[in-house]
Amino acid sequence: MSIKVMIPTPLRVYAGKRDSADIAAATVGEALGRLTSEFDELRKHLFTEEGKLRAFVNVYLNDEDIRYLAKENTPTKDGDTISIIPSIAGGTSKNAD
Amino acid sequence: MSEILEIEISAELAAKIGEHGVETYPHECCGALLGRDQSFTGKVDSDAKGHEAAREILGLFPLVNRREDSPRNRFSVTGEDVREAEKSASAQGLEVVGWYHSHPDHPARPSEYDRDHAWPWYSYIIVSVRDGVAGDMTSWRLKDDRSGFLEEKIDSVKAGAAV
Repeated sequence: MSIKVMIPTPLRVYAGKRDSADIAAATVGEALGRLTSEFDELRKHLFTEEGKLRAFVNVYLNDEDIRYLAKENTPTKDGDTISIIPSIAGGTSKNAD
Repeated sequence: MSEILEIEISAELAAKIGEHGVETYPHECCGALLGRDQSFTGKVDSDAKGHEAAREILGLFPLVNRREDSPRNRFSVTGEDVREAEKSASAQGLEVVGWYHSHPDHPARPSEYDRDHAWPWYSYIIVSVRDGVAGDMTSWRLKDDRSGFLEEKIDSVKAGAAV
């Protein structure tokens, strides 16, 4: 079973300059795990040191945000496409909260 | 290591970023930088040797700050906004090469919060807006190891000359 993971432009340099990768996986989490195993340099830009997906990194399965599906446990099927899109955030160093 | 990162933007577009910051003051403004990058493959460590402004900004895509709880010192752009910015860039034959935001009453330097929420490759332009007046403008790129930002030179050219 093969799914396509689209690599966002800023991260292609860490993925052999490829714009996509075909990966065999049964869930979104498995796909991202295999992607970052193959391209180790990608990992720190997608996941925290604790291995959690960074809060500003959005993952879509065929245009559906996985937060509204089963998150990283969302099952995939042959021909699915995963997109990785950042949220953009920033601000001054004062505490926001 | 002596990298020379450089970004080219017309004086007109640079002024527009400042104007956006003034408009939203005392809240932060934000938007996408649309342009072209000739050095696409370059990592920050190895990039930019002997090139002429490999990255140029040719348009802006102003966005709405989604942070309603603390818009004075935070900005947030959703994944959907980012997709819209990418579509707009693509329709113009450009790509999203970075993002801009303002620091109201703060220096134009990236914060820890900025670093935590950045990706390499993108240019992050920050404009300082003090007492409602646009001031310093700087541009930054996250290092490959996420340890900090490298400042890139803003090469501001006369209106129209960059196109």
